[in-house]
Amino acid sequence: MEKKLEFKKTNYKLMIWTFSWVATLALVTFGQIFIWTEENKYISIIGLILNVLVGIGMIYTNRDLLTKMDELQRKIHLESMAITLGLSVIFGIAYSTCDSLNIIPFDAEISILVIFIGLCYLTSVLIGNRRYS
Amino acid sequence: MKNKLRVLRAEFELTQADLAERAGVSRQTINAIEKGKFDPSLPLAFTFSKIFNKKIEEIFILE
Repeated sequence: MEKKLEFKKTNYKLMIWTFSWVATLALVTFGQIFIWTEENKYISIIGLILNVLVGIGMIYTNRDLLTKMDELQRKIHLESMAITLGLSVIFGIAYSTCDSLNIIPFDAEISILVIFIGLCYLTSVLIGNRRYS
Repeated sequence: MKNKLRVLRAEFELTQADLAERAGVSRQTINAIEKGKFDPSLPLAFTFSKIFNKKIEEIFILE
């Protein structure tokens, strides 16, 4: 029971860190457009440093969550991370190369890769859970 | 790896949830082990050994 409570607590902490990371990124991205001007680049730089620091906190909390999972859950998530990393590198580079070689009529956007990573990870976890059920 | 977890669970009148609670793992893990889809780690095997008061070799059989 204690392990479950610890897991829930860490899961909640990860949610807070993730939300904070997204919020700081949104602040920097839209802040320069709507709040401060391009001349005040130092504010954007401070915002970006804050975003990176929050991101590092998010990574540590994610690692902490992994240690609090039970062994099957940890196996599923680590396998999912491995698959996601592999697919993201392969398809990310292929996508970027398509842009360099003008195979695609638009610029390769990093947001597409981020969405791809998220979908890969989610799908892998779902398949993993199904495999062991 | 084959195991006698389901049989022992029945002997001790434990549900999967009860055993999961005692072993400190999820019910999904217990279910996966019983179906032979997942092999437990050594510490978990020792935990089962303690719960059922049996040797690890009496619970798990190497195929």
